[in-house]
Amino acid sequence: MTVLTLVELDGTQASAVLPIDGSLRALTLARSLGPSAAVVFAAGSAVPSSTLAEYGVTDVYVVEPSALDGYAPVAWARVLAGLLADTKATAVLAAGTDRGSEVLAHLGAITGLPMAANCTAVSADGDGTHKLVRHRWAGLLLEDAVLEAPVALLTVATDGVPNVPADTPAAVTVHEHKPSLTENDLAVRAVESAAGAGGVSLATARVVVGGGRGVGGPDGFAPLEELAAMLGGVVGVSRVVTSEGWRPHRQQVGQTGTKITPELYLACGISGAIQHIAGCAGAKHIIAINTDAGAPILSHADYVLIGDLHKLVPALVTALRAR
Amino acid sequence: MTDTPARASAVIIGAGIVGNSLVHHLALLGWRDLVLVDKGPMPNPGGSTGHASNFIFPIEYSKMMFELTADSTAQYKELGVFTESGGIEVARTPERMHELRRRCTQAKSWGIPASVITPEEVKKLVPYLDESVILGGGYFPTVGVVDSLRAGTLMRERAVASGAASVLPSTEVYGITVTDGRVRGVTTSAANGGQHCIATDNVVICCGVWSPRIARMAGARLALTPCVHQMISVGPIALFADTPGEISYPIVRDVDTNMYERQHGGDMEVGSYAHRPIIVPPDDIPSIEESALSPTELPFTQDDFDPQLAEALELMPELLGDEKAGIRYAINGLISMTPDGHPLLGEQPEAMGLWSAAASWIKEGPGCGRAVAELMSGQVPTVDVHEADAARFYPHQQTVSHVRARAREGFNKMYGIVHPAEQWESSRPARLSPVYERERDLGAVFYETAGWERPFWYESNAGLLEKYQVLGRTAEWDSRWWSPVVSAEHLAMRDTCAIVDLSAFAIFEVSGPGALAGVQSLAVAQLDVAVGRVVYTSFLNSAGGFVADLTVMRLAHDRFRIVTGGATGQSDFTWISGHLPADAFLADLTSGWTTIGLWGPRARDVLSAAVLSEGGADDVSHGGFGFGTCREIEVGGTVVLASRISYVGELGWELHVPIEQGARLWDALWMAGQPHGLVPAGIGVYGTTGRLEKGYRAFGAELTAEYTLVEAGMTRPKVKEQPFIGKEAYLRQRQEPPVAVLCTLTVDSHESADGSLRYMLGGEPILALDGSRLVDAKGRPSYVTSAGSGPSVGKHLLMAYLPADVAVEGSSLLVEYVGEHYPVTVARASAQPLFDPDNYRIRSLWTSWSA
Amino acid sequence: MDILVCVKRVPTVGGRITVTEDGQEVDTRMSGFTISPHEECAVEEAVQITERLGGTVSVLTLGAEVCVEQLRDALALGASRAVLLETDGREYGPIATASAIAAEVRAHGYDLVLLGNEASDTGDYQVGIRVAHELGWPVATGIKSLELSDGAVVARREYRGVEEAYTLPLPAVITVKEGINLPRYPSLPGRLRAKRAAVERVPVGSQSPGGLRKSGLRVPESVKHQAEVLDGIPELVRVLDELGILS
Repeated sequence: MTVLTLVELDGTQASAVLPIDGSLRALTLARSLGPSAAVVFAAGSAVPSSTLAEYGVTDVYVVEPSALDGYAPVAWARVLAGLLADTKATAVLAAGTDRGSEVLAHLGAITGLPMAANCTAVSADGDGTHKLVRHRWAGLLLEDAVLEAPVALLTVATDGVPNVPADTPAAVTVHEHKPSLTENDLAVRAVESAAGAGGVSLATARVVVGGGRGVGGPDGFAPLEELAAMLGGVVGVSRVVTSEGWRPHRQQVGQTGTKITPELYLACGISGAIQHIAGCAGAKHIIAINTDAGAPILSHADYVLIGDLHKLVPALVTALRAR
Repeated sequence: MTDTPARASAVIIGAGIVGNSLVHHLALLGWRDLVLVDKGPMPNPGGSTGHASNFIFPIEYSKMMFELTADSTAQYKELGVFTESGGIEVARTPERMHELRRRCTQAKSWGIPASVITPEEVKKLVPYLDESVILGGGYFPTVGVVDSLRAGTLMRERAVASGAASVLPSTEVYGITVTDGRVRGVTTSAANGGQHCIATDNVVICCGVWSPRIARMAGARLALTPCVHQMISVGPIALFADTPGEISYPIVRDVDTNMYERQHGGDMEVGSYAHRPIIVPPDDIPSIEESALSPTELPFTQDDFDPQLAEALELMPELLGDEKAGIRYAINGLISMTPDGHPLLGEQPEAMGLWSAAASWIKEGPGCGRAVAELMSGQVPTVDVHEADAARFYPHQQTVSHVRARAREGFNKMYGIVHPAEQWESSRPARLSPVYERERDLGAVFYETAGWERPFWYESNAGLLEKYQVLGRTAEWDSRWWSPVVSAEHLAMRDTCAIVDLSAFAIFEVSGPGALAGVQSLAVAQLDVAVGRVVYTSFLNSAGGFVADLTVMRLAHDRFRIVTGGATGQSDFTWISGHLPADAFLADLTSGWTTIGLWGPRARDVLSAAVLSEGGADDVSHGGFGFGTCREIEVGGTVVLASRISYVGELGWELHVPIEQGARLWDALWMAGQPHGLVPAGIGVYGTTGRLEKGYRAFGAELTAEYTLVEAGMTRPKVKEQPFIGKEAYLRQRQEPPVAVLCTLTVDSHESADGSLRYMLGGEPILALDGSRLVDAKGRPSYVTSAGSGPSVGKHLLMAYLPADVAVEGSSLLVEYVGEHYPVTVARASAQPLFDPDNYRIRSLWTSWSA
Repeated sequence: MDILVCVKRVPTVGGRITVTEDGQEVDTRMSGFTISPHEECAVEEAVQITERLGGTVSVLTLGAEVCVEQLRDALALGASRAVLLETDGREYGPIATASAIAAEVRAHGYDLVLLGNEASDTGDYQVGIRVAHELGWPVATGIKSLELSDGAVVARREYRGVEEAYTLPLPAVITVKEGINLPRYPSLPGRLRAKRAAVERVPVGSQSPGGLRKSGLRVPESVKHQAEVLDGIPELVRVLDELGILS
């Protein structure tokens, strides 16, 4: 009955090492399926047991870094496979992150089990059967599905399930887990280095100012950059902009770009194609600046200012400067 | 955002090039409280205007299209959005070279600069073209491109700035209210998600491909279908990297492959009319939300374009063959098509205040907006748009089936070599005369008018060619859609007698207490005549130009039977019904009556025999049945309304009988006619050869809104006292000498440079002996309005308006045809006929043959 | 270098997805079709590699005859061989798809197999990985840059602010993400070559029952805002302040 969840940790906070938001959502979903166990790859001292307990985890399996040098997806999957056998878990979950998806996919390949990606709801429906709801089109469409397998392998849509602690924290036991891994398991391994430009990234920015086709060309982004800087944020763009080569791909907000979760997304001259909405639906607030009162993005925005961004964005910058 | 108004003087639906132009011109004409609505956003709501190829070639095959295009071009220039690039139509075949020569000549009629150039000259203008693939080109230096989106925006902004109009973008029309035959209002979406009603007396449908859907809301049918036209954009083109602006090279129309190539900034836009016709029903057009690009930029179907890639590469091998130049835009674009290729302009017959301004392309958009604005303001439009009359189509022509069939057939002819007399194949036969089968058995070659199948000539008359000498034609083009049998039928008619099926006539009746007043107010001629008289008359518009040409029979004190040509029947009906007093009633009897004509020296012999054969006693002698009268007679067991008039200049009658008895009447006349040499004659005789020799004018050819009764030489000594539309203008016209005079010219020599004989078909320019164009003081050019054989006078005849000082009988001029000059002589500078000038035949001053 | 790129035919969508009346498929009557975005970049990457190092690019898809359109799209970009793993057109899950692909790889032999990280419609995230396991090859996913050296490939991606580099010996499977390059547009000669090129057709057996089975598709009940219309810049500034953005 045990549900095993792969929990990824966020080591960037200076104060403490905490599970990433996606893993907390996965744990929330896991709780509804059964007794919840977590798998964590970290030094024992860095395991956030109390947080895990708050999310109803009763058992934490810790794999020390010395067992494997950094991140190796097959090795992580092998660990899960071992623990799956040991605990006789009926389900293995992970957040639908790049790592979570690939680890669970490897687990599926290793065990010969099917894997359902980006689920938002799941319930047992008799022996070896689960009913679930999962994302298609990055969440713009939902699939109702039936999973027939002795063990349910699922990743959890990071924007499709709420992050809710348990009513009462569980009593948690920490187990040190020493996996037996082959050289093959460790062959494909990440060698990590600091990423390019430091500072605020699109994925973590608190404010994103978006520009789309309405900006008109590569030279039109200066006012948006100015605005973003004033608001302590960064500029994001729609796929039209990157396809035309106006801006580099790493600035793309969208299904095939970056999914953003800012406090505010200010979408300027963006009509709101499906794949863009997929990228910005996680924003807490969306304000659109657009000449088209019928643009699809307005169905997802909280506020809209109808007008030409070439006039309104500089005007906004001026107004903010005056404060 | 403006608050949505509750009332409007007019609601214009659609903010493409036409809607924007319309609102602009209405504002200029003094309209206020206009509301422009579009479902999409400004400035590009997502209609055909938004992705148009935006180039303008001046048009020469139709006067109306030429003028609308010229007007639109002038408007674009005034808005500063026109860039002249020049345009070249390249020929890959000898047939096309002939066609280019013909079209360049035709262009001269309108003063459009045009010349046939060699492949080397094409290459100089378009260096990236492989000239070995072509035989030459037609160069049109005044061709240009426009920014239609900007033009529309500027026009719309002007209307708004003047306070005349408000704009509602992102607003959908849900319904149009029509009560008691009048438009009352429009229901639209509202910003808060509800609905909003705008009360108005005028709604204009400018919705392009969506127009039929919107029209349905008002209970109206629009003969328009959306149709795909593929286009791609290839770039970056190395050669275009450093050229300034949007276009620096002439536009190329590769007409033999149905394609065009034009520079668009750094790209080459390649468009095609070569693919299979793809019809998209208006209800299947995606919404803005559903579209990846826009509702009229549909996903590209690669397979349909693949053959065109090879042809484009063949013409521009290095430029388009550059592996670094990619196809970076490709759409199945949507355009509007109508059965005859002309726009739909004017008031819809289904409801007063319901107007259409649809099926207009970029090249005529602003002109269409102006024309409809003028019509809405009760003015005679600057450009005569009767050929685009929204009311011109018959019900069967508005069916989806017919509209689509003609659109499919017309699509691949977009750049085709289309003969002026070319007949449609699809959606036929639609309307059949009661004697259709007899005609078919006589080997009739059927041409279609208004859906009616009409014999143009009868193959069974081929034997007449041995009996009568006729002018033959040897050049293939001139002989197309023609036969020397027409001339033989003509000579037989003038020798003995011909029977002509005129079922295609449109027949109306005006009755009631106000009938006389009603028809009097419409017609130039006096119609308060004795019962039983037939009057031939024109209708004028308020500026004194022609709007109709027909005959009226007074059947009773308060009953008038109107007979007009099938081609203009619907428009004429709409005109009449729009101008009758409340106590006059108009009925369309076309489908209840059929007309058979009988003309020739022996017509009376034939008719008498048919009358007498069943013991009838009606007197059809000259004394007993005078010219210009009508009355009922009995013929072969049918009661016939006989009308003694003639459009071919012979003794004879139009015989009207209920349609279900048409065959019986035909048979009776046929039998009676055999001993007298009766032959069946087709419309070739009735519509062309017969009338040309008599100088009879035809509406739409000689008689148009642009010319006057004075210029057409059709004035009578007196003008009736009763008021009629156009009377004041006509009286003024009579005061002054005419600026132009309608003449009949004979062609003196048909010999071309290569020794072949050429016969003009119509539309050719008349030139002075030094080859310069003739243009009258009002700026109207001289061109051939009608052309055809005059078998009885042994000449090929042309009609044309000539400047008054040139319109001198006997003077020599030139006509240009397919790039060569032919001598012509002004045979008549009046309406006096060339053949039987004193009308002995009509007046029955021949004695009839004795048996 | 012999590279195989696996692509999938997906509908192009605008601002709205609708489902067919039976609730089983996306309504594609108004849409065109394209190669799913990530693998468009995979095709481009493969072509760029062979332009630098020589070799051939083969492209493969699994589906019905209509999918040949996408194969020709890839041929127009520079692929020289196309394979249709032909099915009856119904949806094939990741396990069956991976099996069919692996069979083709075994039959032909390649140095490198590229796929997109996930298809834009089904988003299963696993076909590349399953293919690798079937072949016993190494695999890296979500890759944003590829560097080939003698017998190996270095694949890089960024994860939560950290750059990860994976070194894989060839033959290997790599799934890429859009952004690895900017795909070219097909040239006219390219399109013509694509039109003339032969497409190999390999029939695919039906997939086994069980596993993950779709019951239906539906559009989520989005919280359809009527976005509140702001009156002008001052009101926008006020809203930004209220949302706590300006502090």
